[in-house]
Amino acid sequence: MTDTAVSLTTKKDWTSDQEVRWCPGCGDYGILLAVQMLMPELGVKPENTVFVSGIGCSSRFPYYMNTYGMHGIHGRAPAIATGVAVARPDLDVWVVTGDGDALSIGGNHLIHALRRNVNLTILLFNNRIYGLTKGQYSPTSELGKVTKSTPMGSIDHPFNPLALALGAEASFVARTHDLDRKHMMETFRAAHAHRGSSFIEILQNCNVFNDGAFDEVTGRKNREEMMIDLHHGEPIRFGENGHAGVVMGEDGQLRIVEVAEIGIDAILKHDAHRNDPSLAFALARLGADDSATSSSTWTPIPFGVFRDVVRADYGSMVGAQLAEASTKKGPGDLRKLLQSAGTWQVS
Amino acid sequence: MTDTVERKSAPETISRVVVRFAGDSGDGMQLTGDRFTTASAMFGNDLSTLPDFPAEIRAPAGTVNGVSSFQVHISDHDITTPGDASSVLVAMNPAALMADIGRLEQGGLLIVNRDSFVERDLLKVGYESNPLDDGSLANYRVVEVPMTSLTIEATASLGVKPRTAERSKNFFALGMISWLFSRPRESTLDWIKSRFTDELVRNANTAAFNAGFHFGETTELFDHPYQVEPAHMPPGEYTNITGNTALAWGLVAAGQLAKLPVFLGSYPITPASDILHELSKSKNFGVRTVQAEDEIAAAGMALGAAFAGHLGVTATSGPGLALKSETLSLAVSLELPMLLIDIQRGGPSTGLPTKTEAADLNIAMFGRHAEAPLPIVAAYGPSHCFHAAIEAARIALKYRTPVILLSDGYIANGSEPWLLPDVDSLPDISVNFQTEFNHVTADGTDVYWPYLRDPETLARPWAIPGTPGLMHRVGGLEKQDGTGDIDYTPANHEKMVLLRAAKIAGIASDIPLAEIVGDADADVCILGWGSTWAAIDAAVQRTRRRGHKIAWIHLVHLSPLPLNLGELLRTFKKVIVPELNLGQLCRIVRAEYLVDAQVVSKVQGLPFTSIELEDALGAALSVFDENKSEIEPKTINGVA
Ligand code: SF4
Repeated sequence: MTDTAVSLTTKKDWTSDQEVRWCPGCGDYGILLAVQMLMPELGVKPENTVFVSGIGCSSRFPYYMNTYGMHGIHGRAPAIATGVAVARPDLDVWVVTGDGDALSIGGNHLIHALRRNVNLTILLFNNRIYGLTKGQYSPTSELGKVTKSTPMGSIDHPFNPLALALGAEASFVARTHDLDRKHMMETFRAAHAHRGSSFIEILQNCNVFNDGAFDEVTGRKNREEMMIDLHHGEPIRFGENGHAGVVMGEDGQLRIVEVAEIGIDAILKHDAHRNDPSLAFALARLGADDSATSSSTWTPIPFGVFRDVVRADYGSMVGAQLAEASTKKGPGDLRKLLQSAGTWQVS
Repeated sequence: MTDTVERKSAPETISRVVVRFAGDSGDGMQLTGDRFTTASAMFGNDLSTLPDFPAEIRAPAGTVNGVSSFQVHISDHDITTPGDASSVLVAMNPAALMADIGRLEQGGLLIVNRDSFVERDLLKVGYESNPLDDGSLANYRVVEVPMTSLTIEATASLGVKPRTAERSKNFFALGMISWLFSRPRESTLDWIKSRFTDELVRNANTAAFNAGFHFGETTELFDHPYQVEPAHMPPGEYTNITGNTALAWGLVAAGQLAKLPVFLGSYPITPASDILHELSKSKNFGVRTVQAEDEIAAAGMALGAAFAGHLGVTATSGPGLALKSETLSLAVSLELPMLLIDIQRGGPSTGLPTKTEAADLNIAMFGRHAEAPLPIVAAYGPSHCFHAAIEAARIALKYRTPVILLSDGYIANGSEPWLLPDVDSLPDISVNFQTEFNHVTADGTDVYWPYLRDPETLARPWAIPGTPGLMHRVGGLEKQDGTGDIDYTPANHEKMVLLRAAKIAGIASDIPLAEIVGDADADVCILGWGSTWAAIDAAVQRTRRRGHKIAWIHLVHLSPLPLNLGELLRTFKKVIVPELNLGQLCRIVRAEYLVDAQVVSKVQGLPFTSIELEDALGAALSVFDENKSEIEPKTINGVA
């Protein structure tokens, strides 16, 4: 923060006058705070920032940001935001969505925004439950989950949001969680710096309908041994003194091993800039089967930036085609357009 | 031979002709018809076309389902319809004959491709005997031409393989018809040159076209050629235009007139895709097009672009309109300008994707949850689509509302000569974005209230991202009048519902009053909307020429309706409403004005013919006739 030019705004400038209406104790508060604290550091202006959301608890987010914002339609935020971002590449466009909004009703829009690489920063609040409709299972709920709509337990295999984003070859994919403001801010900062679609899964606690869903991993006591912090260019290690690490077995599967047993050289180095998303996909799958089966059988999962590759963003390419067309054909002339299919004179 | 040619060199002048080209979907009939149309347009005829093709891209060859036709009506005077029955039918195979012989008038000229009337092709469509030989075509003037073999012969020297050469037979037909109606050859030859990049194909088509032309000239199968003189049309510069192209150009124009970039979000759907194609070519106008992942996304993108300050547009057909319904509701609630273009087709569901119908008025009018009124504009002809697009944009921008613009497959694909408008005379529809605070709070703070309305139009201000100080949030939750903050209180909700309705209703004073064409003192008024215009026009003219009085009102604005409509309709003893549906506008005017309007309905995937409407008018008039006939006011399909 030594660069004074950056600090044009304060957190207050990014905070709207609307009363925040999430349940007390909801993880969403922490995320909102992280975003509002980060914004002044990014050196951007509230008037050039747009938050677009769908429907759900998380989708109330735009109302609390003193920026331009639209609380849209269930699932459609990526589509609406695509319209904003393609029309106006000069804007910073953020999408706030949840597991039901983005992965159930809006699954199609999400994957297409990602494959097009629209310049959006997408924050997916994953609480593994439908909060706003009072507690039905969501597309990320674990198998067997008992909710109002699954009294005998869910039989739907859950989505792994990161694997889905990587499957769509999203150019920036990361995971963070609502209890670590510093990590959130770091992750959002990297996502914002990335031009194109940035997809961030935020593990978020819904203390009313799915309390403690991620405690086994993100709970203060568990973090050290359960969270694998990814850092580009560094061996993937975690646990007390980095005793554990990730290796790729001969079968191509990633495994967690004791570093002491296998030697530091065998530990996989994280390469977020690798163009081929398959290694990032494998990382996203680490622990996924365990977390999918039950809320109490978690094994360590990675956090941080999984993938961050350079690929032209959609809005810029649209703009480039407009410029190219103008150069080739000259700026639009309505009279000429009307004559373009051939004309004849009647006298 | 010499004197034969001489005899033939004097064409007989006729005032109008309807030619129908019919063949397999793969035979290039649309191209042939389109080319004949352009040549006639450039020659100066007035014209109207009706392309009629199957939904399947390549339906099984030689079957009736696979027949693709193109009907064109050319004339030396002002016409509006593609003609009821055709006077010339070109049938490339037995299937085409079977499908379209019913549309050839008695005594009409039937030109068939003799080569295709072989047992296999005949059996495929169920002809037990060859209609060319069994006398069943005795009521027509039949000309049999071995088009396939003549084409192969004509192209043999080019080194084209017979199977490839066969594909040029539509150009043989085009050449023959071009001779028969004395069309200048040059423009078509030039067009072939520029259209076909493959040299062999280009040469084959040229050879086939010339061969067809000479064939007409030198054989004795035709008595003589015909000539349809140029129509007396108002002077000026003309082009031949389809409804979809006119609509796309209207959107480009609307962007220019509004000084806003155009953004089209669209998902491919018949018969609307040409709007996406055409606008994708207009990038030098700053037009952005996105082929969205689905209909919902297409609408969402258009709305997002509108929020960002563009003229947001989405184009679709019935099934897509259904999917976009929720986005329209949000746009109603956000009070943002947005255009939805619906090129109607036969339904429900996938229905008749390539055939026309105008049965989406109900969904356009009522197809949203809750109270969500919006303006509806309907284009009535191919070239009118241009002006309708500008008008729809004007309303959307001025009143900050989504607008539905209705067209249909008939005018979307049909074409007509269009006197190019003077670009400088088009209306200014520019908007002012809000750039300053518009309210002072009790404590003296300057603020921006996104829902503080213009007292006259009731439109809210439009402040776009990038404007310092005016940051605000909009959303689907009910908003407090003025501030735009979330507000669930009972009185506020009712106020907002009423305000949104009043805003749309108020547009009625900003659109032209309904006008009567014909006789204001008639007993019978015909009320139309959309593409029925052409058939009504012809039917009204003919009925009036026969000495009857008829009044005609044709609506462009369907929501809100013109202020004087009820008053006008009540002055007539009888109101009939021809519609390509079961009476959707009819029900609306009955409900709105308590007039005893009667529908004349047709839902066959085809436009009305003028004869059908003339009959309907005759039946309506007969009630008031001295020698009152027994005919009941009738409907085309028997549904009252
Ligand atoms: S229901 Fe859950 S997610 Fe929604 S606001 Fe309450 S605690 Fe947060």
